Amino acid sequence: MLSFDFDYYQPKSIEEAVQLYHALDREEKHPLYYSGGTEIITLGRLDLVYTNAVIDIKAIPECEVLGTQEGYFVTGSGLTLTAIEENNGFPLLSKAASGVADHTARNKITVGGNICGQIFYREAVLPFLLTDSKIVAAGMNGVRTEHIMSLFNKTLRLKKGELLVQLQTEKRYLNVPYRCVKKRPQWDTGYPLVTIAAIKAEEGIRVAFSGVSPFPFRSREMEKALNENGRIKERILASLQHLPKPVLDDVEGSSEYRLFVLKNTLFDILRELEEDHR
Amino acid sequence: MTAERSLSAVLNVNDEERAVHLKPTDTLLFVLREKLGLSGAKPGCLNGDCGACTVNIDGLAMKSCLMLAVESLNKKITTIEGLKGTPIQQAFVEHFAFQCGYCTPGFIMNCHAMLNTVPDANDDTIAEWLNSNICRCTGYQEIEGAVRSIVKKNQMNRKRP
Repeated sequence: MLSFDFDYYQPKSIEEAVQLYHALDREEKHPLYYSGGTEIITLGRLDLVYTNAVIDIKAIPECEVLGTQEGYFVTGSGLTLTAIEENNGFPLLSKAASGVADHTARNKITVGGNICGQIFYREAVLPFLLTDSKIVAAGMNGVRTEHIMSLFNKTLRLKKGELLVQLQTEKRYLNVPYRCVKKRPQWDTGYPLVTIAAIKAEEGIRVAFSGVSPFPFRSREMEKALNENGRIKERILASLQHLPKPVLDDVEGSSEYRLFVLKNTLFDILRELEEDHR
Repeated sequence: MTAERSLSAVLNVNDEERAVHLKPTDTLLFVLREKLGLSGAKPGCLNGDCGACTVNIDGLAMKSCLMLAVESLNKKITTIEGLKGTPIQQAFVEHFAFQCGYCTPGFIMNCHAMLNTVPDANDDTIAEWLNSNICRCTGYQEIEGAVRSIVKKNQMNRKRP
């Protein structure tokens, strides 16, 4: 039960949604784009989110695209995580998505909502960071396409009122060797102690993390250290020098335990990927 | 595009058209229980964790505490009251797959959706789907047994000429 009321809008086009956002903002209604809406409902119930207007994007066709277009695999922001899992056109994304929440919740949680949400794990962004995917965002000046690494720094840095429409991933990344491992304190659902996603690209191994810091990240400095010559353990220790500080220390696990799990999981991933000669 | 603080709507619930007056902030769980008198979906955590409020929306298992009622317009809503004598209900009885019973409607709605989607679900699939629901009496073994019995029946039925 929410302690506040809001208006509900369901625009059918990108332009309508964006114009609506700005009109509602001028009226000081604190509008929010609404995709799966799970975070707006759950955090709203706790008074951690407040809005007087939600703009449901699920009727916008561009936000529901899933498939290959002109050399890219296109993922609409309004797609649910189960729809992505079942499609499996981007196996690493399917794997990362399948670790979020639980199966029923993933029938509602969308990829755009996961990436843009307040809850900081945002694990669905990891495959896009690793594959240098592009973000398609719509604002008052039209639609722009940007590399995700230039827009994602702890959070997705969209301009006020911009709508995340799609993510575009080059097809050549869809079938590269990958690993995505989510370690939880216990059980098979819940937030991660650490989640590590990795791919073996042409120039070497790329890694991205969630649960290590209060934001997901991909570190080129860590990747450089991991791809040097030498024993895996030594490379991992060198890479950890570039880990963003501080490491999370919370109810899911202490920072020391997180680092312990991180090192061992990274070891397994590197060993497997380096032996994968696809 | 609509902008209503409160609206009169018609929801398709259990194959019936049900007129209801709702606010956009009303969750589907709230509307089902408090406005339509369908108390089968249970309020548990109200946070999407426990699965006690699970219903089916166009055949998909959905936590009704995580869905606004306004999102369910033009969709087919099925609650536990809409299931009548399904195989999974009978299997729950035969396998004693409940103790206090509070979580049972949510489990059954999730299992019903799974068995319609993946009739021959393997153990990994069953575990993945059932992880969406919590039973505080910890009756998981019996619930899994009930689901497996239906999977087995489905497989045997398919083998018959």
